[in-house]
Amino acid sequence: MALCCGENQILSTSLTIKDRLGSWKARWGIGRMDHSMEPGLYAVGIPDEDSPVLVTSNYKMTVDRVRENLGGRDLWLMVLDTEGINVWCAAGKGTFGTEELVSRIDETGLRGKVTHRELILPQLGATGVSAHEARKRSGFKVIYGPVRAEDIPYFLDNRLTLKADMRKVRFTIFDRLVLTPVEFVIAMELMLKVFGAMAILSALGILPVERADYLGLMGATFMGTFISPLLLPWIPGRAFSLKGMVTGLVWAISAVLFLFLRGNANWLQFFSYMLILPSLSAFFTMNFTGSSTYTSLSGVEKEMKAALPLIIAALTAGILIRIVSYFI
Amino acid sequence: MGFKYLKGVAALKLDRDKCIGCGMCGTVCPHAVFTISDNKARINDIDLCMECGACSMNCPVSALTVRKGVGCAYAVLMGMFSGNKDGEGPSCGGSGCCG
Repeated sequence: MALCCGENQILSTSLTIKDRLGSWKARWGIGRMDHSMEPGLYAVGIPDEDSPVLVTSNYKMTVDRVRENLGGRDLWLMVLDTEGINVWCAAGKGTFGTEELVSRIDETGLRGKVTHRELILPQLGATGVSAHEARKRSGFKVIYGPVRAEDIPYFLDNRLTLKADMRKVRFTIFDRLVLTPVEFVIAMELMLKVFGAMAILSALGILPVERADYLGLMGATFMGTFISPLLLPWIPGRAFSLKGMVTGLVWAISAVLFLFLRGNANWLQFFSYMLILPSLSAFFTMNFTGSSTYTSLSGVEKEMKAALPLIIAALTAGILIRIVSYFI
Repeated sequence: MGFKYLKGVAALKLDRDKCIGCGMCGTVCPHAVFTISDNKARINDIDLCMECGACSMNCPVSALTVRKGVGCAYAVLMGMFSGNKDGEGPSCGGSGCCG
């Protein structure tokens, strides 16, 4: 009792509307890089010298996920400086790492707050933290808790044990859904430049760009950044680019069919769409590897070596054919 | 639903002679690549490995080696342009994704 909470800020376990709005904005890429909080040692409830110490990153969305699962508990939350990045990505970069952990223990004076020498880290932090190294350097034993914050209560209530599936990353349709807005926003940053260039070429009278061109590209972007991620396990193929090509092809065929039924019979235009739209979708879907929870570097490199030259060739050929088609 | 990426690419190696069967790799692996039996770790299914490096990082006897890196096309693409530090895989960074 007495140890708490002079200089340590107390963290609430309930989220405000502002907290939820902050998470929502970050999902859309708004202020995502500034969605962080001050590193340090925080009190949840009224912790004492025997209370468990949880460790997390200083991405605010992460801290929110952790604290909303700690209702009614008394413990310490040590927030590492990961530059506002979530645990897994920060661990991959090494900012959620042994070095930061050890120095944060010193900086927060944790040794004076608790008499035990145990830290509970999120399992996904293990990519950046070496448990035995941290123990050697700090005297604290690192215990890896669950992957997901929602399983922390189970972990704490069951003598720090977990069910097997709590140690596994998932990638449910909901997990994928919440990742799509930022995929779409980042893709649109690129596409708006493309549309701008097309509009200028059109305004200058150099190329008679049609509305169908914009809509076709928009559709392919949507396929690659939203439909492919959402339907990921049900789309044939293992390589993401292949999956993206499939969804893009579905879109291209639909677009061509629609134009044909409306009386358009520019076969070169159709052919160019069949090249451009699947390639674009393949490219954006391939970028979703970075958001997925199961792709390896070796795999991505192998996939890119095969897919990237094809994508570039098909895009180039498609664009040239489309240009020719304007004038025939 | 089990997700599986490309077959036969993961660069993960386990030296069973060094392994002391502490089970740390099984604890930290987010894809349940390892099982521990007869006081030794065993690789169940190497195609489930995403090369995150958590196992090698936490193996106290260095029995595990893995080519650690992020399976992110954007990072690989950026790495191609900016050039990787020797032997090191691409990492998240810069603008765009993981910051």
